[in-house]
Amino acid sequence: MSELKYFKTVKEIPREDRFAKGHRLCAGCGAAIAMKLAMKAVRGPTVVVNATGCVEVATTCYPYSAWAVPYIHVAFENTAAVASGIIEANRILNKKRGWKLYDVIAIGGDGGTFDIGLQALSGALERGHNLLYICYDNEAYMNTGIQRSGATPLGAATTTSPAGTIIPGKPQRKKDLIGIAVAHRIPYAATASIAYPIDYMNKIRKALEIEGPKVIHVLTPCVPGWRYSPSDTIKLARLAVETRYFPVYEVENGRVKITIKVDRPKPVEEFLKLQRRFAHLLKPENAHILEALKRGLEENWERLVKLEESGVII
Amino acid sequence: MSAKSDVKKILKGEFTYKTLPMSAMILSPPTSPEYKTGTWRVKKPVIDQSKCIRCLLCWVYCPDMAIMRLEDDHVKIDYDYCKGCGICVSVCPVKAIKMEEG
Repeated sequence: MSELKYFKTVKEIPREDRFAKGHRLCAGCGAAIAMKLAMKAVRGPTVVVNATGCVEVATTCYPYSAWAVPYIHVAFENTAAVASGIIEANRILNKKRGWKLYDVIAIGGDGGTFDIGLQALSGALERGHNLLYICYDNEAYMNTGIQRSGATPLGAATTTSPAGTIIPGKPQRKKDLIGIAVAHRIPYAATASIAYPIDYMNKIRKALEIEGPKVIHVLTPCVPGWRYSPSDTIKLARLAVETRYFPVYEVENGRVKITIKVDRPKPVEEFLKLQRRFAHLLKPENAHILEALKRGLEENWERLVKLEESGVII
Repeated sequence: MSAKSDVKKILKGEFTYKTLPMSAMILSPPTSPEYKTGTWRVKKPVIDQSKCIRCLLCWVYCPDMAIMRLEDDHVKIDYDYCKGCGICVSVCPVKAIKMEEG
């Protein structure tokens, strides 16, 4: 276990990679950056439980595995359940045979967390296992060919919510995962962005220090799904935060704290225009959808600011 | 057993269902460095070391771990794994990295 508790600068990030090169995620993949940074932030012996998804199919093509930590692949729906089992087995073996306690990190994509794995996650949060759940959110089922998920934002075009004359992209809004997680009265939940690596890695460190279930939701741009140039991954992740599209905040024991303050937001169009999945929103006939999307983002930000200022325990 | 020999044996079919490790576990991870993703690349990034200010941003943001951080915090690109996405070019604050053909 390293002496260093929190990272202050980029130079303090350790050199060794527990998520190895040679994985087959797309060029410019945001999820690869999220996994790499998460694995650099772990503090000691760690077990990774990974749901089916982009990261799983691309990093564990047998006999190649990119994980330098003990790793188990499980089905879409039971990531949190398997992680709970590993934690409890480890706890009992620690008590009876003096095994070392290790950290268990469950990793799921947005499909495996928002939709399919939600009931297992809810169960694990309710039972209160000492679990860290990281959801890398690329806002659709990218692995199977860009189908809409509960995390797809309003108006985004996917293969099952195509933008055309009948519907202008996905007609529903995005699910609030952190809201659902916090409703279980868990000690720590946070959102993070790969464009702010120190903030993201410190949230993982902080979460690992806390006893009980923790959820971290990280936005990871997806090149083929969001349809942008691969070199823009970090730019998009940063624009998502700067336009208040994806607020970065943490909820510790019910108290909201916005960790990256955005005093003067950029217009959300700057974020949208880089992506082909939102190209139709910038046309005049879809102005009402864009307006609804903006209103939703603004309401969400105002809600978070009010919660932070009032210090209400949610 | 090393990662290299493990992968070679499996790919050659030297393991049978009787001799494979239990539930076909990979006993010497990570084995993925045996798979060189550098062949995916269309354009390659080239670092101008005289301009580099050793901020390490390219090393942090590289999704393929293809940027090596040397002892003195200088960086070097590992072309065996670089997929040529160009993130390093876009995050470099001093424009020390350029994409070149080939």
